[in-house]
Amino acid sequence: MNVEWYVVLSSLLFAVGAMGILIRRSPIVILLCLELMLNAGNLALVAFSRMVGNQEGQVFALIVMVVAACEVVVGLGLIVAIFRRRLPLDVDELRELRG
Amino acid sequence: MEAVLFFGAALGALGGAVGVVALRDPFYGVLALIVHLFSLAVLFLLLASAFVAAAQVVVYAGAVMVLYVFVVAYVGGDQESAWEPIPGQRLLAPLLGAALFVELSIAVLGSSLSALGSHGPHVGPGFGDPAAIGLLLLEKFLLPFEASSILLLLAAVGAVVLAARRREEEGSA
Repeated sequence: MNVEWYVVLSSLLFAVGAMGILIRRSPIVILLCLELMLNAGNLALVAFSRMVGNQEGQVFALIVMVVAACEVVVGLGLIVAIFRRRLPLDVDELRELRG
Repeated sequence: MEAVLFFGAALGALGGAVGVVALRDPFYGVLALIVHLFSLAVLFLLLASAFVAAAQVVVYAGAVMVLYVFVVAYVGGDQESAWEPIPGQRLLAPLLGAALFVELSIAVLGSSLSALGSHGPHVGPGFGDPAAIGLLLLEKFLLPFEASSILLLLAAVGAVVLAARRREEEGSA
């Protein structure tokens, strides 16, 4: 398969993730859609690394995975904190920063 | 054979992604994301990056998704109200997503990268295996590697601080 197939697939996955962030209102699902977008970026990185025959893009993808794991941990911690305070888990109602 | 694997994995990845967006219960969304991640691991294997594929399955589909499952089970499933705050949001968002896809495709395919229409150069069996990636991480990319370890530590401490039960909350609740 040519590299362009992988790149087009990755842009399609990125668009689906972005669409999910626009549609959904539950913060958990928005985090899941963020994962979709990060993974689409990873797929493009690995595809380009295969295209130039250089492994450095794969290292970049691994670092992106680490950053995604950190983002998930902090985001889920925030969701648990919001839930503990009995606030609604809905990004349209959580529009104030005041605690 | 490669084409069959590619299209199968691409369908799996796309189906998982659409499932995450469309399924109402977040728990099923997490399961759809696991399907998506496994399909992406197959695609990574097709792109001769064995270590990234293994890390994808072990770290993402294993550890991170378990975290999601625990939090979804703790918070509870279906809480999304049917109330629609912006009129036409559900119609407008797919249009904007399609526009984004077209735009990205034009940007990439029109980028005059001549190697884009090829398989890429021939690579040996050692391309992308753990030894090669580990060597790169410990020699050329040592500073990003250490920085990511500090980032992981910060995220773990931050999550504990954020989600910890506070004394006064316990008193009032």
